[in-house]
Amino acid sequence: MNQGTEAKAMTPEANTLPKEHYLNAGYGWKSWLLTTDHKRIAILYLVSISVMFVLGGLYAALIRWNLLVPDGSHMSAETYNRVFTAHGVIMIFFFLIPSIPVTLGNFLIPLMIGARDLAFPRINLLSWYVYVIGAAFTLYSLFSGGLDTGWTFYTPYSTVFAQSNVAFAAIGIFIAGFSSILTGLNFIVTIHTMRAPGMTWFRLPLFVWAHYATAIIQILGTPVVAITILLVALERLFHFGFFDPARGGDPILFQHLFWFYSHPAVYIMILPSMGVISELITCFSRKRIFGYSFIAMSSMAIAVIGFLIWAHHMFVSGMSVYSAMIFSALTYLVAIPSAVKVFNWTATMFRGSISWETPMMYVFGFIGLFLIGGLTGLFLGNLGTDVHLTDTYFVVAHFHYIMVGGAIMGYLGGIHFWWPKIFGRTYSEWWGRISAVLIFVGFNMTFLPQFLLGYLGMPRRYHAYPEEFQVLNVLSTAGALILGIGYLFPSLYLVYSMVKGEPAGNNPWGARGLEWETTSPPPAHNFERTPVVEDEAYAYDKAPREAFGV
Amino acid sequence: MSEVSSRPGAAASPGPLQHHFADLKQQKAAASLGMWVFIAQEVLFFGGLFATYTVYRMTYPEAFSAGSQHLSWKIGFFNTLVLIASSLTMAMGVHSAALGRAKRIVAWLLATIFLGSLFLGVKYFEYEEKIAPCFGLGAGPGCLVPGERFDASVLHVAVDMAPQTQIFYSLYFAMTGLHALHMIIGIPIILWIAHAAWRGRYSAEWHTPVEIVGLYWHFVDIIWIFLFPLLYLIGTH
Repeated sequence: MNQGTEAKAMTPEANTLPKEHYLNAGYGWKSWLLTTDHKRIAILYLVSISVMFVLGGLYAALIRWNLLVPDGSHMSAETYNRVFTAHGVIMIFFFLIPSIPVTLGNFLIPLMIGARDLAFPRINLLSWYVYVIGAAFTLYSLFSGGLDTGWTFYTPYSTVFAQSNVAFAAIGIFIAGFSSILTGLNFIVTIHTMRAPGMTWFRLPLFVWAHYATAIIQILGTPVVAITILLVALERLFHFGFFDPARGGDPILFQHLFWFYSHPAVYIMILPSMGVISELITCFSRKRIFGYSFIAMSSMAIAVIGFLIWAHHMFVSGMSVYSAMIFSALTYLVAIPSAVKVFNWTATMFRGSISWETPMMYVFGFIGLFLIGGLTGLFLGNLGTDVHLTDTYFVVAHFHYIMVGGAIMGYLGGIHFWWPKIFGRTYSEWWGRISAVLIFVGFNMTFLPQFLLGYLGMPRRYHAYPEEFQVLNVLSTAGALILGIGYLFPSLYLVYSMVKGEPAGNNPWGARGLEWETTSPPPAHNFERTPVVEDEAYAYDKAPREAFGV
Repeated sequence: MSEVSSRPGAAASPGPLQHHFADLKQQKAAASLGMWVFIAQEVLFFGGLFATYTVYRMTYPEAFSAGSQHLSWKIGFFNTLVLIASSLTMAMGVHSAALGRAKRIVAWLLATIFLGSLFLGVKYFEYEEKIAPCFGLGAGPGCLVPGERFDASVLHVAVDMAPQTQIFYSLYFAMTGLHALHMIIGIPIILWIAHAAWRGRYSAEWHTPVEIVGLYWHFVDIIWIFLFPLLYLIGTH
């Protein structure tokens, strides 16, 4: 059982865990459920969103199982509608939107800027409770009659015709939205007011910039979807009629209000992931990041432009051709800051000393998959091709390349990178790499066929399909199985490492940044003394600073 | 958002300073910015309703005019005066806090609570007049709650315009209801701040909670300043 013989060559003497750290600062359920420590709240969130991820994944498995056969004999159309809706609602509102900000962001932002906590620790805890309550409402709805509107709640189906439990699910999502708003508020204020001496705006790690841009979207976008979802609930419960044509309402208005948030929401998912990639790629290339200010400002540009392109989801819903042209052009515009990031990451690797640790495997995965996801997005932003591709599997494949290939690859890369900091122990590098490869292969096998299916005209959201599409669908389901196994391994070896892993030491990757200058795991108050920042971020051309204040 | 009491057992910092801030200046900056960001969020929250209002007012101008004429602009104007007065008393409360005069803070905050409650009381009677005909013993013509029982006969509009006036009243209840909800949340918070002021928690150096609750209250007033003309004063009266 003892794996001591595999001690790393890089660490001549064995590392030890610090005597006191945030994990042993208190015991018992109260020390967790009533904590205001941002690091413990990050762990609470990590557990909750992992549960939701598993649940959403099980629904995905049901979808793929049903699509093994073309005649839809595995489940009825009504059941299938409930299954794909549950998958979308859980994955988007309860996993992807919170994912990186509430776990890594919560844990790292105070450490990265040299603060003792977020600006409002109790609001941070409150946001977790709000999330749990929202999730409870929505899960109740999913398990009692289900929800069959799709995650988009399109009216008037959701308000008038749907026979499922729409109101409860809507209220749950309304509540969970405030969790996201509170997190964003906390981040903005923390980044503005809590930076350590010497931590100027342009010395901030790009992870922090990415979260700042994300928080702006959370603050300005989420309340709009909150009020929209509230109006849907009011209409369903009290027949307010805002979106019901029979009462003079306009369903297209719902789509505008919904996408005003739900398009920028894609950037809530992807921007933090891009922040993670910036940190990882510079560390494992052993090089200063290329074009720091361009990467920082491209995050802000994505946040701003992201608010101006929502109607590209509605090209076939009915709007003036001139509006459509403008929204199409603006959609192309948002590709520029995204491409700026990819070019800068590539340039960072150029003549760098690249190594292939597990987190870096996810970076490579991210760049390739995000590139495909981004470029196929241009197909959909184009008015002509979009008419052909709308509501086909091409769209499904496109947004999974962004949300899974982009956001979740970054999330897993970040979890693997900061795991030794969060729990103070290392995981099995071999299993880490195997899993990263499995996820990459399984993901592509699942979703590349869906591009073809969509191009050939297979519509999304049907439980049955013509027989000629079966080969590609079976391929996709087989890929999903590999992807599922790829996700299973990290949950095993990471949990194992929490108990049996080797102590990691303060800075196992030789990375730069204040979070690596405190112990692993960090003490409850993060730093013994307030750190002073003397250099820009990513000074990989200099020796790492000694652990500061420990 | 801004606790002023010291943590039990935190003997090292008995003042209002929380453990994770370097000094009161930083704590104050964080609390103020936090409220401004919250207000930005609120603007977008109400913004969805204002956008909906704009779309339907452009689409159904006559129905909105007819619906508006049934609202009493006199009652609305009275309530507007009441709310503006409550903003004044709140501003005086913040001013007293800056001077460090605890008793005066309490007096001005209680006056604010009184005016806010007066507004809500008037609002209650406005609602009651529109809701009562829909239910129970008082049921009769003139129900203006959107839904099956909505009755546009009191609005004197053509039959085919009835659903459009219903949209106006949907907006009326959603917008004023959400605004009233913000006041209902605000009043206990002001009471809580007044209680803390009574116990001498605030000084000329530290009175940020009074300031940021004041910001919130002014924001809620400003929402009404927009709602009043948009709902009560359109068309010819």
